[in-house]
Parts: sequence; C-alpha cells; structure tokens
Amino acid sequence: MKSLQERIVGLDVLISARLGGVSVSLQPIPGAVPVVQAVIGGREELPIFITASDDQILCICYLWTEAEIVPEKRVELLELLLDLNPSIPLSSFGHVDNRYVLYGALTQDARADDIACDVATLSDNALDALEALSSYLL
Amino acid sequence: MSVIGKMVTLLRGSARELGDSIVDANGARIYEQEVLDARNAIAKAKGELTGVMAKEMQSAREIERARAEIERLEKLAVEALDKEKADLAEEVAAKIAEQEAELDAQTQSHANYAIQVGRLKDLIKTSEARIREQEREVQIAKTTENVYKATQAISENIGATGSKLISAKESLERIKKRHEDLADRMTAAETLDKEFGLKALEAKLAEAGIGENIHRKEQVMERIRARREAAAEAKA
Repeated sequence: MKSLQERIVGLDVLISARLGGVSVSLQPIPGAVPVVQAVIGGREELPIFITASDDQILCICYLWTEAEIVPEKRVELLELLLDLNPSIPLSSFGHVDNRYVLYGALTQDARADDIACDVATLSDNALDALEALSSYLL
Repeated sequence: MSVIGKMVTLLRGSARELGDSIVDANGARIYEQEVLDARNAIAKAKGELTGVMAKEMQSAREIERARAEIERLEKLAVEALDKEKADLAEEVAAKIAEQEAELDAQTQSHANYAIQVGRLKDLIKTSEARIREQEREVQIAKTTENVYKATQAISENIGATGSKLISAKESLERIKKRHEDLADRMTAAETLDKEFGLKALEAKLAEAGIGENIHRKEQVMERIRARREAAAEAKA
C-alpha cells in the first residue's frame, strides 16, 4: 500500500492549478498518524489537513471551536449544519473533540488529482461556510 | 451491537472518552481476529465443498453404472430362462440383488452429499456477509481512531510551533482583508496605468489626432463606398 507521502506527490502543483495559480505549500505534521498540512496562499488561516488510514483519505479543515459559538444560537447552528450537509459539494460538516470541521473523504486509491480537487473544493467551501455562518460565532 | 451503535452510546455519555474507548487498539484487534476467523471458516468450507462435490459426482456415476449393470444382468437372466437354464438365471438374480443393494446405498449417499453441498454453500454465504459487516466495523473504528489521532497531532503541532489557533471570525476577517487589499492594489495599479502608462499616452495622442486609430472610421467608409461602386459597375 502506498504511503500518504507517495500519494500526494505533486499535489501542491495540482491544487494550485485548480485555484488559479495561488501558492500552495505542503508540510508533514509529526504525530502518531500520517498528516500533511496544505497551506493555500491568501487563505493561510484556513489550512487543510490531509490524513490517511488503511481504508480512506480524509481532508479536514478546522472551522471553529465549541467556545466560539454564540451560546443561544448553538442548536440553530447545529440544525443548519445538518441541513447544509447534503447540499455542499464534496464536503461535510463534522465535530471532532471540541472542534467543528469541514471534511471530505476519499477512497485510499484516490489519485493525486482527485485529492487536489477535494482540497480545493474544501478550501472554497470552508471559506464560504465561515462567511455564511459567522453570525453564529462570537 | 454495531460500531455506530456503540459510538452513539459513547457520544451520549462523553465525547471525550470516545477516542479512548471505541478506537481502543485491542477492540480493533478483536474485530480483526473475528474477520480472520471468518475467512478461515470460508477457506475450510470451500475446501470441504470441493471434496463433497467430487463425491457427489462420483456417486452419480456409480448410480449410473449400477443401473446399467442391473439392466445388463436382467437381460442375461431372461436369456438363461429362455434356454431353460434356471440355475444360471438364479445365479444372475443373486448378482442383480447385490447390484440393487449397491444402487440403494449410492442413492442414499448421493442425497446426503447434495444436502452437505447446500449446507456448505449457505455457510460460505453467511460467513462472507459477516466478513463484510465486520470489515465495515473495523473501518469505522480505525477511521475514528485516525481522526482523533490526527487532531491530536495537529493541536500539538500548533502548540509546539507557537502559532496559536486564532478564532474563526478573526481568520475570516484576515482572509477577507487580504482579498480586499489585493483588489485595492489591482484597482490602484489600473488607475496608475491610466494616468502614467501607455494608455494615458495613447489617449493623449488620440486627443491630438495622432495615431493609427484616428482615421479608422474614414478608412472604413472609403472601403464601403468602393465596394458599392464596384457592385454597381458589375451590374451595368
């Protein structure tokens, strides 16, 4: 089985091409599982993390923490996220620990270009979602 | 209980404990062992199935052989009676009886083999379904483990590099500001270009009636007139 590093060879160029030539840098994150951070020029605050298990590749963007939600709007926001989920192309909202995430899942056989497509779409979606939902955040 | 069922129970209790309990390495290993056991059961059942199917075919051939033999012997017995050799006919009848006993035995085993084949095929089918289900469970458990570990690594990395996580709103504002800055710079560049660049010079030249584009309209009109005249001449 290919490692995550092998699978993402040339991914920076592919993501850049999909986002109109912006700079993209890939950086491995040390830890128990393979994680690579993709930083997209102009969106440095919203990096995409790519991680792989035996069965799938996950691209994750961390949106906000539990503490950042306007308390009285929390339930409304959660319902909204569920409603939005089916409509958002390739990405879904999720909750890991106390962080809200937007993520895309791919088969472990995905080509680098498929991963690039997912990362680029995820980045667009994350920025879009932050803007659309910022009234629910402190 | 399914893995999703377990996750729901755990999530209702404490989400924090989820990472430790559901994705417990031993838990994942138990599932893997179950998958391995089911695979071994399938391999064994398939081996047995081949053997039983071979025996089923053998018994079918034996049945055919016994029937043919009985048929042949009966003809011989009739011939013996025709030739008034009752002793011989009796001897043949004894052989026929032996063959009939053999035929009954083979028919019985054939039926048993057929039942065994059906049973083994069912066993393989259910084991394969069980493997699919368990592999899905392992996949969910491993993915959960992976996501939590990845989040841990990312959080630790952010902590270690000193680049603290800024709030989502702050991130959004920074990104938007950067985009606005870029848009402003582009507008400014365009304005500058208009004022001092080639465009400004060309505009001034045109104003002064200098340049290629000044007489364009006249040139076009001339061309149209010439064309009209040529058409008129051709008609005449």
